[in-house]
Amino acid sequence: MDPLVRLILAQGMLGLNNGVFYAMLSLGLAIIFGLLNVVNFAHGALYMTGAFVALILYSYFGIWIGMSWLHIGFWPALVLAPIIVGCFGMLMERFMLRWLYGLDPIYSLLLTFGVTLVLQGLFINFFNASGTPYPGQPESLRGVVNLGFMMFPKYRLFVIVFSIVVCLAVWFVIERTRIGAMLRAGTENPDLVKAFGINVPRMITLTFGFGSGLAGLAGVLAAPIYSVSPLMGADLIIIIFAVVVIGGMGSIMGAVATGIALGLIEGVTKVFYAPAANTVIFFLMVVVLLVRPAGLFGRTR
Amino acid sequence: MKAITKLCATAAMVAFSATGALAAGGISNGVVKIGVLGDMSGVYSTGFSGPGAVAAVKMAVRDFGGKVLGKPIEVISADHQNKADVASSIARKWIDEDHVDMIADLTNSAVALAVQKLASDKHVITMATGAATSALTGKECTKYGIHYGYDTHALPVGTATAIVKNGGKSWYFITADYAFGHALQNNTAAVVKSLGGKVLGSSDVPLGTNDFSSYLLQAQASGAQVIGLANAGQDTVNAIKQAHEFGIVQGGQQLAGMLVLISDVKSLGTDVAKGLQFTSAWYWNQDAASRKWMKEYEKFSNGAAPTFPHAADYSLTMAYLKAIKAAGTDNADAVRAELGKMKINDFFAKGGYIRQDGLLIHDMYLLKVQKPKDGPWDVAKVVRTIPGKDAYFTLAQGGCPLVK
Repeated sequence: MDPLVRLILAQGMLGLNNGVFYAMLSLGLAIIFGLLNVVNFAHGALYMTGAFVALILYSYFGIWIGMSWLHIGFWPALVLAPIIVGCFGMLMERFMLRWLYGLDPIYSLLLTFGVTLVLQGLFINFFNASGTPYPGQPESLRGVVNLGFMMFPKYRLFVIVFSIVVCLAVWFVIERTRIGAMLRAGTENPDLVKAFGINVPRMITLTFGFGSGLAGLAGVLAAPIYSVSPLMGADLIIIIFAVVVIGGMGSIMGAVATGIALGLIEGVTKVFYAPAANTVIFFLMVVVLLVRPAGLFGRTR
Repeated sequence: MKAITKLCATAAMVAFSATGALAAGGISNGVVKIGVLGDMSGVYSTGFSGPGAVAAVKMAVRDFGGKVLGKPIEVISADHQNKADVASSIARKWIDEDHVDMIADLTNSAVALAVQKLASDKHVITMATGAATSALTGKECTKYGIHYGYDTHALPVGTATAIVKNGGKSWYFITADYAFGHALQNNTAAVVKSLGGKVLGSSDVPLGTNDFSSYLLQAQASGAQVIGLANAGQDTVNAIKQAHEFGIVQGGQQLAGMLVLISDVKSLGTDVAKGLQFTSAWYWNQDAASRKWMKEYEKFSNGAAPTFPHAADYSLTMAYLKAIKAAGTDNADAVRAELGKMKINDFFAKGGYIRQDGLLIHDMYLLKVQKPKDGPWDVAKVVRTIPGKDAYFTLAQGGCPLVK
């Protein structure tokens, strides 16, 4: 195989790996924005919290309850962490964000930004700023797969497949099921939906919890690849916002497709001019904003 | 009051420089304060710096007897978070308000360059161990700045020479993107080129990056025989680990860690680190005196094993306290003069002496990773001893402006 093609494919795979994280996170962000009209800046912090929950379950929880031999591993964490982060999200919605719905969206943006800083500060205080490796990567996902053009770690391959399945499932639920229909109707006209006897405030709380849970899930998936660090979300959230802006605010499929596509573009850019890889997404964002201000898949409100 | 103190200090300094004798005798403020300014929580906190470095300094103070010239010795420490501005403000407070007499550790080259300059302007001795850049005693040398242990010039003399002579002629660098990484890359490239090798390219990676995969693929695609890692600490560990995850070593390329500690090898495991050669300023299992010190240290620090910067921290504290004793004062000029005069020959520094530019010259060692024999920390063996005069640059090569 031609070395250049090989390198493009290889960097493409790494790009895809990053892309599925972009997709999962921007998906949660898009759901929350679509229904609540809230720009959830705390999304990156919730992702980071998910990773920390996985780390704590494995390395610390056993010690806390006096059973130092107990390590709650990756698979239970994959279920528990999103639930814990989701519950945290619901509390946040119920006791903080709810008071700001009638106001300008800038208020909820500031509130969630504040929550982000508090969460980061807490984790920096109790852990360290530079990151702790997650030791609980499952034995079954260790090792490499030969893809022909490169050796690729099994775990990363699992992350790619798993994330795409999750994204498609979420899309299916929202676009093709009754629950999804209620949700979308609630977005369009909450008063009318209320008239049908649906508890809209509860639905909003649950949706926020679900979006937060998705961020937590992405955090667990990221833990074995990257070190678990308090700033891991802050590094990512800016990119995620760019993805959402490019894809179009509130569009589910747009968020997923844009996330994956941008990961790929970023990866392939590394082949040709590596220093540009960090900025290519923002360059695209500027172009899209100039040409299609509502985003590639968005509609103007 | 302050003005009077200042006046006295100035007078003392004038007297000192005029006579060359000890003007301000005794211990200032009735206590010798050593400040350990290190990375206590970041990428360099486990091997180069951190609580292990503080323990080494405290242990040296204990072994010295806790007192010098009848006055107590106090050790304080702080976390500079790998930020030069944070480090500078701590150092300024230490010197101006807490009257710290000597600042040790200074892991992270950017931090060390900033603090060494600041401290020297205020006539305070710094003894950098964890920092690597050879600029500390080269172009950026200062009157009171000492670089104790190793530098970016000495590291590749051992490792790169061995690898190029073994046939690793073409290199690609993965470099930590700040003062240290660039210095290490340049010094290594110079060695590689002087032996007829060539450098095919490099990737600059921000300090503390978790994902090296795309840089490693770039290195792989370059076709270089050797991937030189001009980084340190957790960065090096991550890079080596991921190189294995992506099958780069199995693909026939060789990894060359330019700055590897035994704690890095331990955390990688000797299977992953197999065959790795690296240059070190000290190895605990190199002789009886070192083994004895290692045992003492483990006892002192509740079982934590020391790395070479920790051994250097101990050694420099001893040297500093001996210099105070010999000078009869903690006055920086007098102590610095003593440090320049004395021979340093302990378990750490063999045939050591501190040069006019502030560089400690002593023997270095080329180590090779092996399966542990004498206990879990016996992860390497000494392949070659590099005499100090071959490892370090000459006064003329360094280009320190103080040297005439």
